[in-house]
Amino acid sequence: MFAYLVRRILYAIPILIGVNLLTFVLFFVVNTPDDMARLQLGVKHVTPEAIARWKVEHGYDKPLLLNRAAEGGAQFTDTIFFRHSAAMFAFEFGKGDDGRDIGNEIRTRMGPSLAIALPVFLIGLAVNISFALLMVFFRSSYLDLGGVVGCVVLMSISGLFYIIAGQYFIAKLWNLLPISGFGDGLDAWKFVVLPVLVGVVSGIGSGARWYRTIFLEEIGKDYVRTARAKGLGEGRVLFRHVLKNGLIPILTGAVVVLPLLFMGSLITESFFGIPGLGSYTIDAIQAQDFAVVRAMVFLGAVLYIVGLILTDLSYAWADPRVRLQ
Amino acid sequence: MLFVCLSLLAGCSDTWNNPYPADDQRANVVYSAFSERPKHLDPARSYSSNEAEFTGQIYEPPLQYHFLKRPYELIPLTAIAVPKPRYLDAAGRPLPDDAPTAAIARSVYEIRIRPGIRYQPHPAFARDAAGRYRYHALRVEDTADKRQIGDFEHTGTRELVAADYVYQIKRLASPRVASPIFGLMSEHIVGLKELGEAMEKASKAHPDRPLDPNTFGFAGAEVVDRYTYRIRVKGKYPQFIYWLAMPFFAPIPWEAEVFYAQPGMADRNLTLDWQPVGTGPFYLAENDPNRRMVLKKNPYFHGETYPADGDAADRAAGLLADAGKPLPLIDGAVFSLEKETIPYWNKFLQGYYDSSGISSDSFDQAVQFSAGGDPQLTASMRDKNIHLVTTVQTSIWYVGFNMLDPIIGGLAPEKQKLRQAISIALDYEEFISIFLNGRGIPAQGPIPPGIFGYVDGEKGINPYVYRMRDGKPVRRSIEDAKRLLAEAGYPNGRNARTGEPLVLYFDTMASGPDAKSRLDWIKKQLDRISVQLVVRGTDYNRFQDKIRKGNAQLFEWGWNADYPDPENFFFLLYGPNKKVGRGGENAANYDNPEFDRLFERMKDMENGPARQAVIDQMLDIVRRDAPWIFAYYPKSFGLRHDWVKNVKPNLMANNTLKYRRVDPAQRAQARLAWNRPVLWPIGLGAVGLLAIIAPAFIAWRRHERKAA
Repeated sequence: MFAYLVRRILYAIPILIGVNLLTFVLFFVVNTPDDMARLQLGVKHVTPEAIARWKVEHGYDKPLLLNRAAEGGAQFTDTIFFRHSAAMFAFEFGKGDDGRDIGNEIRTRMGPSLAIALPVFLIGLAVNISFALLMVFFRSSYLDLGGVVGCVVLMSISGLFYIIAGQYFIAKLWNLLPISGFGDGLDAWKFVVLPVLVGVVSGIGSGARWYRTIFLEEIGKDYVRTARAKGLGEGRVLFRHVLKNGLIPILTGAVVVLPLLFMGSLITESFFGIPGLGSYTIDAIQAQDFAVVRAMVFLGAVLYIVGLILTDLSYAWADPRVRLQ
Repeated sequence: MLFVCLSLLAGCSDTWNNPYPADDQRANVVYSAFSERPKHLDPARSYSSNEAEFTGQIYEPPLQYHFLKRPYELIPLTAIAVPKPRYLDAAGRPLPDDAPTAAIARSVYEIRIRPGIRYQPHPAFARDAAGRYRYHALRVEDTADKRQIGDFEHTGTRELVAADYVYQIKRLASPRVASPIFGLMSEHIVGLKELGEAMEKASKAHPDRPLDPNTFGFAGAEVVDRYTYRIRVKGKYPQFIYWLAMPFFAPIPWEAEVFYAQPGMADRNLTLDWQPVGTGPFYLAENDPNRRMVLKKNPYFHGETYPADGDAADRAAGLLADAGKPLPLIDGAVFSLEKETIPYWNKFLQGYYDSSGISSDSFDQAVQFSAGGDPQLTASMRDKNIHLVTTVQTSIWYVGFNMLDPIIGGLAPEKQKLRQAISIALDYEEFISIFLNGRGIPAQGPIPPGIFGYVDGEKGINPYVYRMRDGKPVRRSIEDAKRLLAEAGYPNGRNARTGEPLVLYFDTMASGPDAKSRLDWIKKQLDRISVQLVVRGTDYNRFQDKIRKGNAQLFEWGWNADYPDPENFFFLLYGPNKKVGRGGENAANYDNPEFDRLFERMKDMENGPARQAVIDQMLDIVRRDAPWIFAYYPKSFGLRHDWVKNVKPNLMANNTLKYRRVDPAQRAQARLAWNRPVLWPIGLGAVGLLAIIAPAFIAWRRHERKAA
């Protein structure tokens, strides 16, 4: 297992370099350092000297990938790519174009993102599995059909609609919760309820249908027939046997997204005024803040790799037949 | 879970949806929002209006705009008087005030500030019993637990001195500050360019050392005595006085830079760019640009009072009710980050924001037009005692013609006629009605209302596009446009020589469904004169690049006044300011020697009939040459609740929060009345849930029994 982990971590290094390079190339294909400087300096009274100064101050005055004017290894190290990317492997993200420390921003914003994403994930998982098991329990009945139709309807509605409808009815019309905002410490709870509720409800359609499919596949297997033949009730069959064996595909979908919960949700955070990493990323893209975009893509890639490793580990935990070598 | 949460809310306050702590119900503060987080709060760097909303309240330049008087008038803020420049010739000899511009080598502004003004409480000023600065020699471990300025136990203050203003002017040249006005100011302030070069050299030589502006010599500004400083400007630049009312020229105490330069500070965003130190009526008590910014009253604020000299309209509007009262009239302001317009609007209607703009989505809900075309509030707004505040902005939107373009550009009469024909065809009255909900007035020239040089009525119309009918300007007919087009060599939209149709290209950054309908409208307008328009949509960067290189043909652009002087608009058409080759702000690359000569004369003149006469000549030239289609002057519509007082739009000043007054009791009462929780949906939800669960449970039990 240890050797497997080490191998996976070593594999991650070239992947991360590749992700970094790809982000860099994609970003600078559409934005030159001059464009970035102009956007940061505004549209008024921007002189070529001011642009040159901005680039020097922010380290964008070097060639992008290859410095032909330098000698030896400096041809590669004295470039924008190397200077802005090497430190990231030590999780030193540097500063955004607004001068704020990116590492500090990520640490500060992770909490609010998790405050929404984690409850949505956990409650959503519980609700979706319960609902899926209920549909499976009443499979081939009108209740099952009604549940599936309900799921398709829920899936067909745009996520934005849930947000706007939730804000309109719960916060505006019925005055039950704040429309948007965030609080310090435990005071944040009243701002979390509505986005969590919206997040859970908007996820029921796709989640419950997906889990229903998994459970239906399991329920036709021999061990289920054996369990029933033993005289076990349908409830015990479902919760004790089908659920446990259906965990592997559920883990595939669930564990891999677990680390990504830190990254937050782009739209939800924006609409509910949650100061999380999702809105941080959106702002950075709009402001063409390459330092932040690059840091967030890097962090996303790292967390995704961690998620995949955790998925493999969870396989071994959930299914004794799986051995990691 | 939802029920537990709602029960908790019920125990917290009478209004469950209140986003603020229950204790703040009756606080004498203004509640507002910001949609875009500020990038810079260093007055030398900040140049956006959303940043000025904060820096304007915290920092004090020597001058400010009078809150009530129109046209805009500069008055002293920290200065004792508005300085009058002294003129010197090349040999340094004094010249009279009316000396010819060519003879003036230097303008000297001597500014005397009021004694006794003190900075806000800040740890950078804190001293121990022996008089040593407490926090000027910190180690990394000393700041390990410091996340905000409030985490420092001790604070102090000190008196504002003239040297702080000189220090800040030097900071404009620092490469580490990267001030956006350095390029512009180095053309005007003596020695600023050289100072910038020296500082850049020093910065490169010692990138790890702090760059102390005080260690550099500078001929452009000097301290005369403790409360007086002097700025030297190259030649004559009367508009310089307006810059003295902007935060760029606000004082910075050297202690603040020393404090923030210490190890570990920048890693926690404890920098001057994020934690301002000023003498203004408010200081930034909470700085979380990701969530909210809180301003609190500066306990050391000097004794400024509410103005008493307004006109009769101000008196009738109740704007003089607080005359003579000490400022600020509120204890602070809470600005919450609100990126989306829907939550912002709904929170305003709930009373959680004191004022709001009106987005397109909410316009019909808020405003309707009377039979006479005047905007008025809808009944639902009037029921809530909401007030409408409108003002024409000191801005202009225009469609520029690239004057270097072989088809559309040039000063030949046929080219002028072609541009005039297109100017007539684009019916901006219709545009304003369809796309702006009436929030704009058709532009007659480059100068918007509120700026000296703007003329209303018949004398102020653009005769090439409008004519007067029944005392009102009416756009010339499409037949007139067609006639001009034919005279320009394009009868029926075809080249008279080759028979080729006239195809023009319109560059724009606009995209999305809203933009598409707008661009389709522009195309249809030109279809009326049989001119084909090809829209070339592009992103911001490529658009800027095209304009810079002169590759665009027609493009839309706008300008917002830096200061209330016609020079700030006419310079957009001044030949030496051309975009192509010069990198200036003249995006149309208009270059008319006659206009340039008049501009050079006008810019140095005092406001008065003589200046107006020159402006009239300039207006006539640009209307004839038509390098722009003068589209419209935008009109802003805002709403405020009845409990907010002393609101008068001031498009030049950004420090008006100190005049604002609120009635917290009225606000608390309204919030309570408008936000009573509606509980029946909870009951209905519970019943609905039960209606789903109960049959399922019964069926499950029945199924289990049957199986057993």
